[in-house]
Amino acid sequence: MVIGVLALQGAVSEHVAMLQKLGAATQELREPQDLTGLDGIVLPGGESTTMRKLLERVDMLAPLRAQIKAGLPVFGTCAGMVLLAQPESLNALPATVQRNGFGRQKESFEADLTVTGFDTPYHGVFIRAPYYSAVEAPVTVLATVNDDRIVAARYQHLLVTAFHPELTADPRFHQLFLEMVAGK
Amino acid sequence: MAETGTTLVKRGMAEMQKGGVIMDVANVEQAKVAEASGAVAVMALERVPSDIRAAGGVARMSDPAMIEAIMAAVSIPVMAKARIGHIAEARILEAIGVDYIDESEVLTPADDKYHIDKRDYQVPFVCGCRDLGEALRRIAEGASMLRTKGEPGTGNIVEAVRHMEKVNEDIAHVHAADDNQLVTLARDFRVPLDLLRDVHETGKLPVVNFAAGGVATPADAALMMNLGADGIFVGSGIFKSDNPEKFAKAIVTATAHPTDYALIAEASKNLGAPMRGIELSTLTDDQKMSQRGI
Repeated sequence: MVIGVLALQGAVSEHVAMLQKLGAATQELREPQDLTGLDGIVLPGGESTTMRKLLERVDMLAPLRAQIKAGLPVFGTCAGMVLLAQPESLNALPATVQRNGFGRQKESFEADLTVTGFDTPYHGVFIRAPYYSAVEAPVTVLATVNDDRIVAARYQHLLVTAFHPELTADPRFHQLFLEMVAGK
Repeated sequence: MAETGTTLVKRGMAEMQKGGVIMDVANVEQAKVAEASGAVAVMALERVPSDIRAAGGVARMSDPAMIEAIMAAVSIPVMAKARIGHIAEARILEAIGVDYIDESEVLTPADDKYHIDKRDYQVPFVCGCRDLGEALRRIAEGASMLRTKGEPGTGNIVEAVRHMEKVNEDIAHVHAADDNQLVTLARDFRVPLDLLRDVHETGKLPVVNFAAGGVATPADAALMMNLGADGIFVGSGIFKSDNPEKFAKAIVTATAHPTDYALIAEASKNLGAPMRGIELSTLTDDQKMSQRGI
């Protein structure tokens, strides 16, 4: 199983380390040619505006959008969750995203979350994090903060978290994604 | 229970900046150019280092109104500089809500003996370093991100190269050392033993280390990334060049693709003149900002 990690900017090495620990092969994605032979893709945390501009600059935005539309599984964390929902970016997940929804860096936080399908709480690390304020019907909400801020969700072959599983040692979200890839 | 200001969210914020360019900007217009070019953050300061050099006198924290205007104008993170050891400037920047504070040798130091105790701030700090000793002392004081000092405002990359190589050589040395040498090494480096032991075991710093101080061209940015920098700070380079928009974009491209030389060549074409630059040997020791706050 080969998982591509978008490597234009952001917390790339952390995702690569976590995926490899779980037995997946990884490939860093920097140019359109890298988008071949992949079973799934991780869009890491970072600055979503920077990533979108870099995707456009190397002509990677359109092919990536096409592959996702064709069914390639994607796990987006933080910036990745933003890119998947933004109409001007990947336009793949029907949700309304609030960038930096929790505020500036001094409002960044850690909190234990109740996640649908997990037996015990999941410790989320939120850094200038986004959230979804609304989602359309087939999207499954997996976790919220303050009841109405959606911070983890699943939609068809897409998985998103507003927090950073790659910064903790808890592999459950990466495992869930690899199961989604395997069961595709 | 949500907890803010933790070590993980402070260091994690810097992890999210990896592979990106942080640009010095002096006004809202420049901040917008930086954001449009793909910068991961901007550093708001009234005068870029080369102007500070030219102006002389005491360089201080920027006007909070100017910083707030930039914070309102862009959606990427905004950083700002406090003088070394100036607790009040740092608390003011925290009160405004900047995303990162640079306790910076570019400004005139306020305390020639102690740095700020950065541990109990909600806002994370970045500090400069020339070697592993400085790096670990700043981390011990609570820095969540490091950068080379380089020699700011010179447009000369040689000091940043020297500092990046020195940190990496020191790390390799500590990593390869025997366990029984660590106490003595901690004494020689003038650093806490637990931090040195951490480097010994992992072979790397516990926080990211960007390149700063003299980056003037896309090729300079690529050079520093190839030497192991996690990302790039560009100060005077962009807005002292002939074509800032093009220049900013080219540096972002070079930082994201540091080994794609055909792409960097394309991005570097017809950029116009970069900042003029200063040969280091023409600076006296007291003109070198990198000698401050060691």
